[in-house]
Amino acid sequence: MAYFKPEHELHRRRFSRNLGLGLTLVAFICLVFALTVVKVTRGDPMQAFDHVVRPEMVVTPEEGANQ
Amino acid sequence: MSDTQSFSQTGEAQFGDYVQLLKPRVMSLVVFTALVGLLVAPVGVHPVVGFASILFIALGAGASGALNMWWDADIDRVMKRTQSRPVPAGKVEAGEALGLGLALSGISVVMLALAANLLSAFLLAFTIFFYAVVYSMWLKRSTPQNIVIGGAAGAFPPMIGWAVATGGVSIEAILMFALIFMWTPPHFWALALFMKEDYHKAGVPMLTVTHGRRETRRQILIYTVLLAPVAIWAALTSIGGPFTLAVALVLNAIFLKGAWDIFRRDEAVAEADRYATEKKVFTFSLAYLFLHFAAFLVEAVLKTFGVGGW
Repeated sequence: MAYFKPEHELHRRRFSRNLGLGLTLVAFICLVFALTVVKVTRGDPMQAFDHVVRPEMVVTPEEGANQ
Repeated sequence: MSDTQSFSQTGEAQFGDYVQLLKPRVMSLVVFTALVGLLVAPVGVHPVVGFASILFIALGAGASGALNMWWDADIDRVMKRTQSRPVPAGKVEAGEALGLGLALSGISVVMLALAANLLSAFLLAFTIFFYAVVYSMWLKRSTPQNIVIGGAAGAFPPMIGWAVATGGVSIEAILMFALIFMWTPPHFWALALFMKEDYHKAGVPMLTVTHGRRETRRQILIYTVLLAPVAIWAALTSIGGPFTLAVALVLNAIFLKGAWDIFRRDEAVAEADRYATEKKVFTFSLAYLFLHFAAFLVEAVLKTFGVGGW
């Protein structure tokens, strides 16, 4: 126990706030993961700009978005 | 260190205090109307996408609530109804409300764009801007029409829900918007009639203060009369049906009767029974909106069984 500093009084006072924020962040991560799984599984268009020209993403006036 | 010391004197803000900044009661109405807008749309949405979208719409509404509490902290301290809010109660600093509001605004709009589509994210961003800037910062303290135009902010959620599902806006979405937009003035002015001390003390130019209570009663009747055709028109579109039309006719008849009763009373009569009619109409107006949107939802369910709709 000597290796650890005693818990600061501030952490005790803010425990509920920190716990709430922690749980909110975990829930947010789970939600983003679930959204990703759904979108990838459904085959939604997931491509975006990544520094190289990709002809399949170029929109031509005749055909609209080529996806 | 002085920051932590000052907080230890006034009491530490807990997680619930930050949740209160998001106006959870308003959020519940936003969640309900946005959910109806999403579910009655003719295009299906994956449950996870739908859940995430409603969550981010609610978060955006909460963010605008936090921005409103930051801006209105001075008048919230004066009004009895709002004195216990986290900022005037000294639990959360106004700057924290601003930071939380701005952060959640950004997160909710970006996440809605990623989860659903750009149109719904744009509508959400516009709603937050409209409520925080147009209503809270500009109209609320400068014109008695604050409630009328500011009501648009509360009317957008079903349209956003519809846009999440369809990627567009149609007459049905506009009529759901119009239903809340036209409902807001009689709803709030009925409240203002029996909460007069609060708005007067805070110097908010509510219609009751600027144009008098006789004129407020007249305006309640006018807006309720204008609301009825909107509600009936909505019931005649693709989101309506015989059931919705029947509900709309009954609800609007009751609301019109209430508005007529308010119009016919004067202050002496209202004071004598402690604004019983005004309070009754205000309470009914809450049920009016809930039941109207519930009817759209029931009609959509009936359609799946082949009995609802036109």
